[in-house]
Amino acid sequence: MRPLLDTRGKPALVWLGVAIVALALLALPFALATAGTTWVRVANYAILYVLLALGLNIVVGFAGLLDLGYIAFYAVGAYVYALLASPHFGLHLPFWVILPIGAAVAGFFGVLLGAPTLKLRGDYLAIVTLGFGEIVRIFLNNLSRPVNITNGPQGVAQIDPIRIGPLDLSRSDTWLGLTFSGPLKYYYLLLAFVLVIIVINIRLQNSRIGRAWEAVREDEIAARAMGIDTTRIKLLAFAMGATFGGVAGGMFAAIQSFISPESFVLVESIMVVAMVVLGGMGNIWGVILGALLLSFVPEILRWTVEPMQHAMFGEQLVAPEVIRMLIFGLALVLVMRFRPAGLLPSAVRQRELAERSG
Amino acid sequence: MDIFLQQVINGLTLGSVYAVVALGYTMVYGIIQLINFAHGEVVMIGAMVAFSVITTLAAAGLPPLALVLLGVACAMVVCMLVGYGVERLAYRPLRGAPRLAPLITAIGVSIILQHVAMLVWTRNVIAFPQIIKIELYTFGGATITNVQLAIVVLCVVIMAGLAGLVYRTRLGAAMRATAQNSKVAGLMGIDVNRVIAATFVIGAALGAVAGVMVGTYYGIAQYTMGSILGLKAFAAAVLGGIGNIPGAMVGGVLLGVVEALGAGYIGDLTDLCRYGWLASLLDERCAQGGHFILFGSNYQDVFAFVVLILVLVFRPSGLLGERVGDRA
Repeated sequence: MRPLLDTRGKPALVWLGVAIVALALLALPFALATAGTTWVRVANYAILYVLLALGLNIVVGFAGLLDLGYIAFYAVGAYVYALLASPHFGLHLPFWVILPIGAAVAGFFGVLLGAPTLKLRGDYLAIVTLGFGEIVRIFLNNLSRPVNITNGPQGVAQIDPIRIGPLDLSRSDTWLGLTFSGPLKYYYLLLAFVLVIIVINIRLQNSRIGRAWEAVREDEIAARAMGIDTTRIKLLAFAMGATFGGVAGGMFAAIQSFISPESFVLVESIMVVAMVVLGGMGNIWGVILGALLLSFVPEILRWTVEPMQHAMFGEQLVAPEVIRMLIFGLALVLVMRFRPAGLLPSAVRQRELAERSG
Repeated sequence: MDIFLQQVINGLTLGSVYAVVALGYTMVYGIIQLINFAHGEVVMIGAMVAFSVITTLAAAGLPPLALVLLGVACAMVVCMLVGYGVERLAYRPLRGAPRLAPLITAIGVSIILQHVAMLVWTRNVIAFPQIIKIELYTFGGATITNVQLAIVVLCVVIMAGLAGLVYRTRLGAAMRATAQNSKVAGLMGIDVNRVIAATFVIGAALGAVAGVMVGTYYGIAQYTMGSILGLKAFAAAVLGGIGNIPGAMVGGVLLGVVEALGAGYIGDLTDLCRYGWLASLLDERCAQGGHFILFGSNYQDVFAFVVLILVLVFRPSGLLGERVGDRA
């Protein structure tokens, strides 16, 4: 973590590196667009997953609380946006108004879930959060009667795109001879968001709160003995993770322009957990790597596995989605088996695991 | 009254299934404090294997009972192999790792099992063949089918058999010793690894039986059926006190009855038109015997989770469980 931000010594080199990365990120969507707008969309969803994974990383990675119902907060954020900016209720509030509302509502749900359950042990907590995720989904599915709130399994359609002033992010524009398609503009917005959230995460991790989370994760009793209000600090982790999830959900609803409970099933929660675990719990860069890997690999599989099967067997034997899920499952097992701290482990986790096994 | 009785009977049947699945969770948890997340998938695989065996052999003209027994036997063998394999490959290497590690591998294993099952048995809902002729027995205004009766009786037999195994045999004594303190049990000459593997295998065999029960009761099976069933059974195990074998029975039956009664009555209870002062607020909806039902029976699946959360919050050790330390 630290060397990446340590500008002492060779500041020029560091800034050069930052500039190269920044340029690459800015140019990336144009490169992707030459292969088809689909790939820009794929990149957008990958960034959404990065947002989600970073949010969950606060709960799982920093505070060590396994949350298997995280997608519920994503759902809450998405539904708040969808209901406040669609013809469903005839409301069309601007994005900047809904964003804080969605974040607050999701955060409230985080507290709602966290308050009664946080004294539970790790694995019990995992099950309860899982149950909570399912409860939220069941409610979204059924809250169309007697008063139609969520429109049930049909979902909410025609959700407003994000507008910044006169700029409609879903439309194509041409500036300076370059065509900026809808997904391309969303890419830049998402990139900006992700940067802000990365900075918040880094600052959080090195803050008093971040250290308190780490202490709770390592040894709750010792942390309490050191004067940390463990319940409050865990609740804070839950609320903060939920808030990020809510923000990501709002963006998802706007980009997608249609949402239904189908998008918020248990598998999605597990996928985000897989990203965090695979990348390296507690390490921001590891989590980003995990999220990018698990969102791009399936797409790449889609483009390679299918033609390969056709070439080899003359027909598609195994659908790419199934292969994707099998890879998820295998990755979870193998990573825990051989690299329990993830691909890019956080220094603390690594130390901790080495101590336990020794 | 007869609706009440009917719901209790349905709840008992469902609860018996939960109880048998819950045994698998509770035995494993009792011994190594691991939530075997993949247990629900083992149940699903049991149902699927039995389905395949029964449909392929149905043409041979065997008597129905022999068919079912063969199906159950094959399902048990396959599930025992799966249970052993899972323990060996995914859990044993992680013994002594931080608590969350085996939980995450368990999730991985259940994803793998689910999708392998999907490849083998397709993603469609498959109809269980109706080989047993359904007979209805009526008493007190409620009916019970022979399948329901068989499930409840089988559940009681399984419980008795398991209690005998745990409290009367050498293996059972070894299991209890390992559960109390695996290190000391090892020093006393117990092969702890074998005992743990045996626990997984027994749990998986019970899961197979439960899978066949669900399949014949509902008449359908699908590759996703394991996860929700597993969750509910886990809730049942927690309700009874996880790690406690009679607790799994009590918890399962109780959860089944709560769920059935809840689904049966929640619609009436949350019909706002029944409540005078609220009905006057909802004039047009309630006029001419209209209803304003807040929560219908489609919320059935919520009960298990609500029960789970309430138990964990107010009595984490469950109804019959001993106090457990809260140290992760």
